[in-house]
Amino acid sequence: MPLDLQEHLRALCAAPAPSGHEGPVRAVIQDAWAGRADDLRTDALGNLIAVKRGSGPEPRRTIMLCAHMDEIGLIVAEVGEGFIRTVPLGGVDYRALLAQPVLVHGRRTLKGLFGAAPPHMARSRDKYPTPDDLWVDVGLPPDEVSALVRVGDIITVDAPAVPLKGDHLAAKSLDNRLAVAVVTLCLDELTRRDHAWDVAGVAAVQEEVGSYGALTAAYQIAPDIAIAIDGSWGVQKGVGDDEGFPLGEGPTIGRGPNFHPLLVKALHAAADGLEIEVQIEAIPGHSGTDAWHIQVSREGIPTGLIGVPMRNMHTPAEVVNLRDVTRAGRLLAAFIAGLTPDFLDSLAWPEGATLKERGA
Amino acid sequence: MMDVLRELSEAVGISGDEGEVRALVLKHLQGHVEDVHIDALGSVLAVKRGTGATRLRVMAAAHMDEVGMMVMGFDSDGTIRFSAVGGLDARILPGTRVLVGPDRIPGVIGWPPLHLNKSQETVPIDRLRIDIGLTSREAAQKALKPGDSVAFASMFEVLGPTVRGKALDDRAGCASLIRLVQGDPFPFDLHVAFTVQEEVGLRGAQAAAGRIRPDAAFVLETTACHDLPQDPDEPDQTTITRLGGGPAITVVDRSMVSDPRLVRHLARAAEKAGIPHQFRSPQHAGGTDAGAIHRTGTGVPSAVVANPCRYIHGPYAIMSIADWEYQAALLRAAWNTLDEDVLARP
Repeated sequence: MPLDLQEHLRALCAAPAPSGHEGPVRAVIQDAWAGRADDLRTDALGNLIAVKRGSGPEPRRTIMLCAHMDEIGLIVAEVGEGFIRTVPLGGVDYRALLAQPVLVHGRRTLKGLFGAAPPHMARSRDKYPTPDDLWVDVGLPPDEVSALVRVGDIITVDAPAVPLKGDHLAAKSLDNRLAVAVVTLCLDELTRRDHAWDVAGVAAVQEEVGSYGALTAAYQIAPDIAIAIDGSWGVQKGVGDDEGFPLGEGPTIGRGPNFHPLLVKALHAAADGLEIEVQIEAIPGHSGTDAWHIQVSREGIPTGLIGVPMRNMHTPAEVVNLRDVTRAGRLLAAFIAGLTPDFLDSLAWPEGATLKERGA
Repeated sequence: MMDVLRELSEAVGISGDEGEVRALVLKHLQGHVEDVHIDALGSVLAVKRGTGATRLRVMAAAHMDEVGMMVMGFDSDGTIRFSAVGGLDARILPGTRVLVGPDRIPGVIGWPPLHLNKSQETVPIDRLRIDIGLTSREAAQKALKPGDSVAFASMFEVLGPTVRGKALDDRAGCASLIRLVQGDPFPFDLHVAFTVQEEVGLRGAQAAAGRIRPDAAFVLETTACHDLPQDPDEPDQTTITRLGGGPAITVVDRSMVSDPRLVRHLARAAEKAGIPHQFRSPQHAGGTDAGAIHRTGTGVPSAVVANPCRYIHGPYAIMSIADWEYQAALLRAAWNTLDEDVLARP
């Protein structure tokens, strides 16, 4: 079945699935990956792992692709007088939640919104309210709210994906459903291409609270190399081209201590081969992604990072360019198809020659 | 009637650009009124014939416009500069979905990621931008013009005993007035006005009252409600109204001292008919079309009956269905017993 990227992303983003509660989105991904992999399993923490076997001689090498499927969300902290107080699950920006519609996943799903005093009421409009000033209102009487909502229930943004002009899409949780879509695109292309290596596609849980899914997935898969896919900062008002990457000009490839320099070089070579535009994202330390945790798993794993530039990250209106998502999927597929059985040897750290001499 | 409210809530009608709402109002008035007139500002005026029991000229008004935004210009990166139309709190805008221009192009209000943007100081509207996906000023100029309307992109939902939607201020009042017009005749000819430009200074109502020259006026509004748990550090914060307490009768606001004879009449009619009602807190500012109507011509005794509504002037508000249904019921009860005696001076 051919893949309609916009529809796929729309379904992925519609699923309410914050960290630790990934069930709804896992079901969507299971459907999408089932026909595109040889084996599909869910591990103890809830990671969905798709294995697509390669054609090389055994024992085959394995590349792990890691896309976290959880989104930032909120948890009910207190129910009082019919209103709900929340605490964040992940890096929530309450400033972008004021007056926004939400879903409260109680005994049944309740539609509500983050209450904001009307402008005539607000005592001071100079500062954004703090989480303590904000309540979720589900429009029900207090006894009904108490019966339906318990402390610990999760809350997600209630806003559908909206296509914008120029192949852009606005949605909640594009961080990091966009990366899941990149893996889907890659697996899809690999169904039509020969590849020597085994591919383990991971839809990982709990990135937004500490990358615990990626950590345990890397341990059990024990890949020979790993590539994480995540959103990178897009250029927008307030994010200059010294901080972010323009949308529509291709995916980013991370460079810095988190990434194996020769793997980075190989990714660039794959992009060159496809004449795909890519941008270099220099990351001097912690990449803030699953890649950071995968790199030091087991005995250490050569790791890379593909980013897709995104505007308004961690708001209900994240924006990406679909062409960048498509390019990231094609880049990964081409890179994997080009992996020879002995590719790992090319990642050996040079003893005599310098990295510069190796072209990295 | 819920379908009418849904349709009115989802329609776009920023002050000065009420056409979409006007078309809906005209559709629902058809067959129930005479002398339909669209005045110079765009308000819809019409007469619902009464039984003739009293010769009072009674005006009833609800405003069609909603607060929103206006396109002011374009940046070189294709994003859109905009300004508020009516009272808008800039703090509710980051990450909000909007519809831009006559083609209702979907857009979002940009907000840099938390990691790069930590200040709690409010970013003023003139520094926010709308992103419709275009990447150059030239492309944006082809798609839109300065002055185009920008509305919240909000779908109407029934949440059980309440509804959630945009522009309930004052489409809920418009829907109540439509409901009243579609019902049985009153003892007098009812001069209805679906007004424009309330949110930018009660403009439409002033012109409408100038044409109608009524003996008494009733404004059907939707008013603020802040009955959230109170901050113990700010115990003096008023709730204004309470959701589920019935429609709110205004005694005084920033724009007007309601005519006490009409206030008394409304309260008595409500008590007699067993209709829940409340009085809007005078502690709170804000004004309504009645503020313009009551000082038109030689003066017009005026009163306001409003639906309490949480979070007005934002992308989503919450209103009680019962309060809203009682708004029309209260006015019907009051109008059926309204005569010259009510306005007689002792």
